[in-house]
Amino acid sequence: MSVNNELVTVNFGPQHPSMHGVFRMRVTLDGETIVDIEPVFGYLHRGTEKLTEERTYVQIVTLTDRLDYVASMSNNLAYVSAVEKLCSIEVPKRAKYIRVIVAELQRIASHLMATGFLLQDLGTFGTPLMYCFREREKILDLFEILCGARITLSYMRPGGIFQDTPNEFWSELETFMDNIPGQINELESLITGNEIVLSRTRNIGVLSPEDVINGSLSGPMLRASRVKWDLRKANAYEIYDELDFEIPIGATGDTFDRYLVRVKEMKESIKIINQCAKLIKPGPVRNEDVPLVIRAPENEAYAAVEGPKGELGFYLVSDGGISPYRCKIRAPSFMNLTLLKEMAIGGKIGDLIVNFGSIDIVLGEVDR
Amino acid sequence: MTKIADNKITKNLLSSELKKMITLDNGFIYSDPEFLYELCKELKQNELTQYNYLKSISAVDYIEYFELVCHLDSMIYNTSIVIKTKIYGRNNLSVKSLTSLWKGAELQEREIWDLMGIYFDGHPNMKRILLWEGFKGHPLRKDFLK
Repeated sequence: MSVNNELVTVNFGPQHPSMHGVFRMRVTLDGETIVDIEPVFGYLHRGTEKLTEERTYVQIVTLTDRLDYVASMSNNLAYVSAVEKLCSIEVPKRAKYIRVIVAELQRIASHLMATGFLLQDLGTFGTPLMYCFREREKILDLFEILCGARITLSYMRPGGIFQDTPNEFWSELETFMDNIPGQINELESLITGNEIVLSRTRNIGVLSPEDVINGSLSGPMLRASRVKWDLRKANAYEIYDELDFEIPIGATGDTFDRYLVRVKEMKESIKIINQCAKLIKPGPVRNEDVPLVIRAPENEAYAAVEGPKGELGFYLVSDGGISPYRCKIRAPSFMNLTLLKEMAIGGKIGDLIVNFGSIDIVLGEVDR
Repeated sequence: MTKIADNKITKNLLSSELKKMITLDNGFIYSDPEFLYELCKELKQNELTQYNYLKSISAVDYIEYFELVCHLDSMIYNTSIVIKTKIYGRNNLSVKSLTSLWKGAELQEREIWDLMGIYFDGHPNMKRILLWEGFKGHPLRKDFLK
C-alpha cells in the first residue's frame, strides 16, 4: 500500500474561536507537523495612524482606547506621555500616582484575560476563564467609578488625568486589594502544578534570549526568555523609580514560562498599587496651563511605556499645528508576532494554538 | 533611566569611512540611504555601542523627501539612539532591508512598504501587510487621494 504524504494547507481564521479576534493564519501541514505558516494581517485595519493626522492632540486619546481594547489605560498613558514629552508638559505628582495605580490595575486585568484565554485554548472549557473574568470585572467596576466607562476609558489627558478620584474609589480599591492576592493564588493553584497544563505547555514554543532580542519582542515574551528588561526599571517613567518591585523572569522561555511570568507580574502589580495607595497625597491632578487645543512646537518625540503586552511606544512628529504631522504607534502585539513562525514550525498543530495564545495579542493593536 | 547617546561620541567610535557618510544635525544622526545598513551594522556590532534592540522603524512623509527613522536601544548599556535617513523622490524608492541585522524589522518594513511605499531590498517576504494585494497607492503618504 502506498502512503500519500502530500502537504495540506489549512486556513485558520479570520473567524475562528481560537484566533483571539480576526487574525488569520495559513498553515501548511505534513500530517500533524507544521511545515510552514503565513500570518495574514489587516482584517481590523482602521487606519488609526492616518486618523490621528486630522484630530487634535486631546481628541486622539479616544483613538488610543481602541488600539489594545483590553488595556486602554496603558494606551492612554503611552500616548499622553509622548505628548507631554513633545510639548514639555509638567504633570502633578498626584496625577502620576493615580496613573500608575490605574495602569497597574489594567495590567492585572489584561494578564487575567491572557491567562484565561490561554487556558481556554488549552481546552479547559470555561471554568478558569470565568475565574479570570470575575476578577477582571471588579477592576472594570473600579474604572467605572473613576470615569464612567469600563472599556474605552479615555481617562488621561496631556498634563494629568481628567478629574480627581471620587471618595468611594479608595474604599472600593482597598476591598479589591484585600481580595485579589487570594484570588490569584486560587487561580494559580488550579494551573501552575496541574499535570495536564504542564505537559501541554512545557518545552513548547521555546525562544532563546538572543532570538527574542533580535526579534524586537517585548513584555512578558521577552522576560520569559530570561531577558531582564522592563521599561519600568530600565527607563523609569512616571514615579516607578520611587517604588519597590521585582522583574520576574522565566527559566526556559517556553509557553509555561510566559504564563508564569504573567502571574508573577500580577503579584508585583499588587505590590506597586499598595505602595502607591500609601504614598499618594492630595493635590492637583491636572496641569491647568495645558490648553484644550494644544499647539505642539515643531519637534518630535518618542515615548514608550511598559504596557501589559510589552513596549507600547508613540512616535509623534509635529509641524507646529494643532494635530500631529505623523503619529507612529509601536504596538507590542504586532511586534510580538514576529517570531510566530519560529515558535510554530516543526511543532504539532495542537501546539500552534497554545503558542499563539501565549503571545497574547489583541487585534485592535496588531492591525491598528 | 535610558541614556540618550551623545551623537558626537558615537560618531568618534565609527570607522573613518563611515564617519564621512554621516552628518549630525538637530540631535540626530543622518546617514545616506545607501549606508544606512552599514551604519546600523556597525552600531550593532561595535563593542562600545552594541545597539542590539530595534525599537521601531518609522517613515515620515515630508513631501520633498521621506525620512526613515530608526529608534535603537542597547540593552547592555541602556542607551538609546535615533538614526535617520532622507530618501528623495516619490516613485521607486528603495533601501536595503535591516532584517538580516534585526529580525524585528520584518513586519515593520512590510508596513512601511504598504503604507508609505518605500521598498526594502533583501527582505524575505516583501508584500503588503495591512492592506490587500492589488490596493492602489500608499495611504499614509500626504498626497494620497488628493
